Amino acid sequence: MAGIWQELPRFLTWYNGIFLLNALLNTLLLSIIGCLAGGTIGLSLAIIRCARGRAMAVPRAFAWAFTEFFRRLPPLVVLMLAFFGASVARVDLTLFQVALIGLCLIATASLAEIVRGGIVSVHPNQWDSAAALNFGYLRCVLTVILPQAWRVIIPPAISFMLLFIKDTAFASQLGTLELTYAGKVLTTKGFSAALSYGTVLLLYFALSYALAGLGRRLETSIGIPADR
Amino acid sequence: MGYTLQYGQVYHYIPYLLGGAWISLQIAFLCFCGGIAIGMLNAVALAFGNRLAAGVARAYVTFFTNTPGLVQIYFIYYALPDLHIVLDSVHAVVLGITLNAGGYLALILRSGFLSVPVNEIDAGVTLGMTRLMLLRYVIVPHMIGVLYPAIGNKFILMVLGTAVAGVFGVEDLMGRTINANAESFRSIELLSITAAIYVAMTICATIALSGVGMALLRRRVRFAG
Amino acid sequence: MAFLQIADLSATYGRSPVLSGVSLAVEKGEVLSLIGPSGSGKSTLLRVLIGLLPPQAGSVTLAGQRVDYAVPAALRALRGRCAIVFQQYNLFQNMTVLNNVMVAPLKIKRRPRPEVEEEARALLGKVGLSAKLHAHPSELSGGQQQRVAIARALAVKPELLLLDEVTSALDPELVQEVLDIIRLLAQEHMTMIAVSHEMGFVREIATKVALMSEGTVVEIGTPAEIFDAPRSERARAFISKIIRAH
Repeated sequence: MAGIWQELPRFLTWYNGIFLLNALLNTLLLSIIGCLAGGTIGLSLAIIRCARGRAMAVPRAFAWAFTEFFRRLPPLVVLMLAFFGASVARVDLTLFQVALIGLCLIATASLAEIVRGGIVSVHPNQWDSAAALNFGYLRCVLTVILPQAWRVIIPPAISFMLLFIKDTAFASQLGTLELTYAGKVLTTKGFSAALSYGTVLLLYFALSYALAGLGRRLETSIGIPADR
Repeated sequence: MGYTLQYGQVYHYIPYLLGGAWISLQIAFLCFCGGIAIGMLNAVALAFGNRLAAGVARAYVTFFTNTPGLVQIYFIYYALPDLHIVLDSVHAVVLGITLNAGGYLALILRSGFLSVPVNEIDAGVTLGMTRLMLLRYVIVPHMIGVLYPAIGNKFILMVLGTAVAGVFGVEDLMGRTINANAESFRSIELLSITAAIYVAMTICATIALSGVGMALLRRRVRFAG
Repeated sequence: MAFLQIADLSATYGRSPVLSGVSLAVEKGEVLSLIGPSGSGKSTLLRVLIGLLPPQAGSVTLAGQRVDYAVPAALRALRGRCAIVFQQYNLFQNMTVLNNVMVAPLKIKRRPRPEVEEEARALLGKVGLSAKLHAHPSELSGGQQQRVAIARALAVKPELLLLDEVTSALDPELVQEVLDIIRLLAQEHMTMIAVSHEMGFVREIATKVALMSEGTVVEIGTPAEIFDAPRSERARAFISKIIRAH
């Protein structure tokens, strides 16, 4: 352990600071963009999946298959599929973009399932009364069902987003520069693994802990008792 | 230039990959059992412990649930040797997943401890049950009912979580996929087979857990997994 | 002295008083109905009687013996002679119908299983649930669950049965099946204290009606006295309100 104190002056340089900050920013970007895109597409998929009627049969089957497939894969498999898929399709994307696509697929599938759970949790008589008022499907979902479903959706959605931050670590396996990859780079520069990965762990902790606190405040502010 | 899928070149990897899936399941089960033990200790400390015990458990849970499992294993595998604790990759991975699961399972178990069937306890009390009888006939069965779906879901997630082992060269399904890919370069074909196996594994786990739940709780249990 | 004598009973929930100076007497075989606006302390009185909420002051005397709610042995003895049916049924969700009914005589009174099972089957037959012995509570309708709860209470062979708004959580079409059983119990001269909002029913089976308001008994009498010729102003107001509502 004494070794760490000896390397610390060499480690705490301006350059390393900028390098880690940049990596932290990338992790944050991957998390935020992944959640936003995943949330939007996931919401749409969930709405499609809950639609009735024969006209919607094909989109419904697609939404179902997409959700069930990507929800049941390890993050690393999805990321590798995105990576090799992009190279096979010969699309010119940066590693960051490839990782982002993979992460969006993961977030989309999980958030679609969470939203669907919320929609299903609303009492069926709400659909009936909206139908009796001559509401169309989309209007019913947007003005009657979702406003009631939020309380069921938000707690697991926040839990998922917090887990998702940690899933972005797998982007390092594609060579995307984010926190975990930064840790690997630091060790190859000769810093000890304890110091490199210890620093990375601390930075993840700070990010996740701060966002968890934010999530709890959001939950209490919309009247959901925080018990985590 | 199109890319043609050539599954013919990867069919012979299927038994090899299935063997990897079996190893993945073994890792998941082992880590799950260890995680339950650690989670139980932490949950008891969180719910009923004195200030010191609760503080230690809270620190444990907060650390392990707020950092990525992947980096935790990097630390165990690469940094612990500096402290003369040298683990081979399988042991480092199993230890890492177990410690990580212990944090999440502690939260699940604690929520079970804190959920009390107030109405049923009232009924038990008025029928003259002692504290021990309440525990045995009312509280513990209720807790199992509350915890079973959550813990089952965690197990399904852990089956997927074992893929991290592949990063460290363990011969689980992920690791064997990486090996096969390095040999054949048929990445998309191999990954699609691997994906199908993971999907099949989680579906089987869901069905098995629902079946056990039916027998155990006499009611339908829904698993998100 | 009456079979059940309640004198000057008071209780508090947290800081707010919920019962203040309740006095009542119930003879063996009587059916006392507690009526009154919500929040008047009817259900609280039952919870205090069965020992779920400790009384602050006053006394309860059952069959000539004063109940000391602070002594576990006395509570056990009380609950051996007195049973309650809850508004929300409170069945044990993890046990079958038959086990819900058998658990108290079997595990608490430690009576032999064949005898207990025979009685439990008979009781469930009496409430019309012979076909549901091995069902779980979640598979039953509200009315069926409430009938199981009544059978469970009867299984301890109580001398006094407390009924806490047993029909108010039920759908209207299920109310009658539960009331039929209580009517049957009344005909068998079971001593009961029932909190109820079914005024027609109260009139039919109650031998005595007590009107409660703000944690105390305002007026007590036969159903005819209370419903047709209420003496106090508060009773008149309450009765006219419920008559208009029905």
